[in-house]
Amino acid sequence: MTLSTSDVLDYDEVLERFDPVLGLEVHVELSTRTKMFCGCPTTFGAEPNTQVCPVCLGLPGSLPVVNGKAVESAIRIGLALGCEIAPWCRFARKNYFYPDMPKNFQTSQYDEPIAFNGELVLELADGETVVVGIERAHMEEDTGKSLHVGGATGRIHGAEHSLLDYNRAGVPLIEIVTKPIVGTGARAPEVARAYVTALRDLLRALDVSDVRMDQGSLRCDANVSLMPKGATVFGTRTETKNVNSLRSVERAVRYEMTRQAAVLVGGGEILQETRHFDESTGTTSAGRRKETSEDYRYFPEPDLVPIAPSPEWVEELRATLPEMPWQRRKRVQADWGLSDLELRDLVNAGAIDLVAATVDAGASPDQARAWWGNYLAQEANSRGVELPDLPITPAQVARVAALVAEGTLTNKLAREVVDGVLAGEGEPDAVVAARGLEVVSDDSALYAAIDEALAAQPDVADKIRGGKVQAAGAIVGAVMKATRGQADAKRVRELVLERCG
Amino acid sequence: MSELIRLTAAELAARIHSGEVSSVEVTRAHLDRIAQIDPAVHAFLHVDTDGALAAARAVDEDVAAGRPVASPLAGVPLALKDVFTTEGIPTTCGSRILQNWVPPYDATLVRKLREAGVVVLGKTNMDEFAMGSSTENSAYGVTHNPWDLDRIPGGSGGGSSAALAAFEAPLAIGTDTGGSIRQPASVTGTVGVKPTYGGVSRYGLVAFSSSLDQGGPCARTVLDAALLHEVIGGHDPLDSTSIDAPVPPVVAAAREGAAGDLRGVRVGVVREFSGEWYQAGVISAFNRAVDVLRELGAEVVEVSCPHFDYGLPAYYLIAPSECSSNLARFDAMRYGLRVGDENGNSAEQVMSLTREAGFGAEVKRRIMIGTYALSSGYYDAYYGQAQKVRTLIARDFAAAFENVDVLVSPTTPTTAFPIGERVDDPVAMYRADLCTIPANLAGTPAMSVPAGLSEQDGLPVGLQVMAPALQEQRMYRVAAAYEVARDRAEGGPFINRVPELEVAR
Amino acid sequence: MPNISRDEVAHLARLARLAVTEDELDMFAGQLDVILQSVASVGEVAAQDIPPTSHAVRLTNVFREDEPRPGLAQQQALAGAPAVEDGRFRVPRILGEES
Repeated sequence: MTLSTSDVLDYDEVLERFDPVLGLEVHVELSTRTKMFCGCPTTFGAEPNTQVCPVCLGLPGSLPVVNGKAVESAIRIGLALGCEIAPWCRFARKNYFYPDMPKNFQTSQYDEPIAFNGELVLELADGETVVVGIERAHMEEDTGKSLHVGGATGRIHGAEHSLLDYNRAGVPLIEIVTKPIVGTGARAPEVARAYVTALRDLLRALDVSDVRMDQGSLRCDANVSLMPKGATVFGTRTETKNVNSLRSVERAVRYEMTRQAAVLVGGGEILQETRHFDESTGTTSAGRRKETSEDYRYFPEPDLVPIAPSPEWVEELRATLPEMPWQRRKRVQADWGLSDLELRDLVNAGAIDLVAATVDAGASPDQARAWWGNYLAQEANSRGVELPDLPITPAQVARVAALVAEGTLTNKLAREVVDGVLAGEGEPDAVVAARGLEVVSDDSALYAAIDEALAAQPDVADKIRGGKVQAAGAIVGAVMKATRGQADAKRVRELVLERCG
Repeated sequence: MSELIRLTAAELAARIHSGEVSSVEVTRAHLDRIAQIDPAVHAFLHVDTDGALAAARAVDEDVAAGRPVASPLAGVPLALKDVFTTEGIPTTCGSRILQNWVPPYDATLVRKLREAGVVVLGKTNMDEFAMGSSTENSAYGVTHNPWDLDRIPGGSGGGSSAALAAFEAPLAIGTDTGGSIRQPASVTGTVGVKPTYGGVSRYGLVAFSSSLDQGGPCARTVLDAALLHEVIGGHDPLDSTSIDAPVPPVVAAAREGAAGDLRGVRVGVVREFSGEWYQAGVISAFNRAVDVLRELGAEVVEVSCPHFDYGLPAYYLIAPSECSSNLARFDAMRYGLRVGDENGNSAEQVMSLTREAGFGAEVKRRIMIGTYALSSGYYDAYYGQAQKVRTLIARDFAAAFENVDVLVSPTTPTTAFPIGERVDDPVAMYRADLCTIPANLAGTPAMSVPAGLSEQDGLPVGLQVMAPALQEQRMYRVAAAYEVARDRAEGGPFINRVPELEVAR
Repeated sequence: MPNISRDEVAHLARLARLAVTEDELDMFAGQLDVILQSVASVGEVAAQDIPPTSHAVRLTNVFREDEPRPGLAQQQALAGAPAVEDGRFRVPRILGEES
């Protein structure tokens, strides 16, 4: 698809004429062991239709039973977002036909969400804070997955038939919906990204989800509308789906703003519709127009009894809340003596939690910051993944730092060890052993290498003996080469000088 | 005809457990009877000869080895309504859309029956997805009332009630959403019990209206129903609406009632259950039954439950609404019928073609009514209002039970009507549930016990006895006392008045 | 209040995925109208202050432990399917939301 200039309006011009309004709906798959309403496992990537039972296949006669752990997670998420917890609420059936939904209704919550009316405070890259209101967080179940066969693109359009796997059907989901986000102007795309990032960090701290956007355990739908500058009545919104990375959240919002502005400026109307984001082009496209307007015919789920969390239970769960990311940021800044700028760099790199966890595992704050902020950040960047998704844990980084501190590894060797861990060669100690990376700290071995080097370069040896200490560099270099870099250069230099002393 | 098929479940159990007769003999007698008579009655959709005989043999082995039998009903045959899932045995719900569907799991109730050593003979006919009052809505043909083969056996559980009245089984299982156990019992002269909602697990009961459906026992005597009630009742962690409390002591109550003393029991006659829709013969049989209760020592008072009149309209909004959602899963994707998968038809088209071909007219009617009642513009006026009526009816029950122990009424306004009479008049058909619906809406237990024959047409009339939630023992006691008095007056078991069926040889 | 037209019946049938015939549309239009009139009386009785009853039992907080339970084997899960391919349910092409 090619973009003609009339498809989108220049971003600056958009902002001169319009104010954007955002609404973000995030679906989080909980990392419970079993599904929302049955005892099937939730592990990602199993053989198709092997994690199913009569309940999640929607077989006639089957009945749901609520996973108590999922309710706990929902309440904890609600509390962490500063929400009120409903003293009494019900599940509801959302009725619509779709082959990936075994019962042709989704068991969800409608007008009685378990958590409502909260907020999340975001910090943008330059330190500006934005408060995003949370409308609600409610419980529901995921759908199965379809595979489209035939047709040119392998996509749904043009496919000859489809294949369904219901392993994911019934996995617990929490849907978190913001209140309308207004007044962010040019920063709307950035705010959208910062919101999803902050929410992801919060959910990770709560340990309720894998929050992997690439695997779909965190999914974002972005509602965008424009209103003429200064207006108070919101424009018609579109809902963009298929936004599968933090970067895409930002791009999708930005694109929709420029597209909608072009339509409006051209005298057109925005249709309230679902649009799909295309990662490759950075554009959105309209979904299939439905013959009839959606009417979900919600009604209270008769097969499940109401949920009535007692104040005592809610307080018990509140007591389990970990330190929140923003609290942690304040604390680590003080503990580690960081400047605002240093802190922001770490936050922007998504490294705070990782650094903190590395410190918790025994590394010094400086070492931990250096690893995550530099070498690993570059590595993540070159791999095109988020820092937390690198296959190395804070505990492993802390172990490498410890090996450096005790002199077993040089910084150069340490990077090799980290490379080994990233390459899946196992724990740091195993990499050291397998790759033979230990520092040569045996002085007798070093003496032998030094004597050899001195013998090979007698003129240099003479210069050193004659007091030209800087000439020692050539000998140190030769020794380092001979030991394949596994010697501590500083120690070698000491020994060379001693030998020639 | 073997004498064994005339015995009650309690009598059969006693003989099987004492070794006097084997369960295999009993089972064979019933299988023979089915083979002989069912072409005329058509109570069964599927007979599981091998499974039944295997279950019977297992009980006989226990008896022969001197091991304790699995339950007081071990070895006794039973007819199972084809709405409960049975692993390895077809389950159709009387619908074409589930033709040949073999479930991969047993309903909790079925598991309990198997664990109790009850011999499941097969699956009985029913109105499609339990929607109906005559069993004429089955995709697999009508069932005939053994009292008059040209008449309906009630519905939706007409297969189960007919099987009992035709002596094809001494026990049966039904489900009752608006009267589908009690009304068939009434028109076939048998006993049918709708337990307290949540008293019997719904796991594996293919849902019609989830907030109303309740499985329950059917039999020819009150004691047999009680024995079966205790086998199938009790808490099930797979059903979130299952009540975690002991099964009420219904067997003890049936035995106590059989002593024939109802002194101290207060019986309320519901004033609202009479009027233009009630046959005179039904009313007079009911009045005679109330007289018998009085003679047994009960104190009888008239009680008004003013909102019961709104039960029928509320029911015919709630049940279709829930069914429109419950039956959405029958879409040709994962199981059951698939029609029109050709010419590049889309999944959506195949769904619509399959549902059109697979559902009968009554099911379609109710799905559309329910779809309408749940629509955004109509929800408050229909579904919302109906749910409020539920509250009012529950309050009427609560107020009534402050003054009386049980309530009584006719079970259904008429005796068995002729096959075909109401098929084109849905609203007339719906009136069969007039008296039974309030208990479903309130979740309270109720049962039907035969109250003799209507002097108008010589067909059975049912006495409905209703009790508060989890107080089933009250109604069992009253029904058992009445049953004994009735049979004493009649000079023998009422069911023996069912005519001998003419069997094509 | 109810007066349900043929068009409305057609709309309901579409929502409910029923490919009803023209004859059925005529039949159902008349019947649904009669049924809805006969149930309209629920509007007469229940006042504002009456709470609706969605559940006949007064239970709350019925939960299951987060413990895996054995489910169905793939072959059992697919046994009743009209069509199967590669361990999955094979269904006709889906008209998706994607364009």
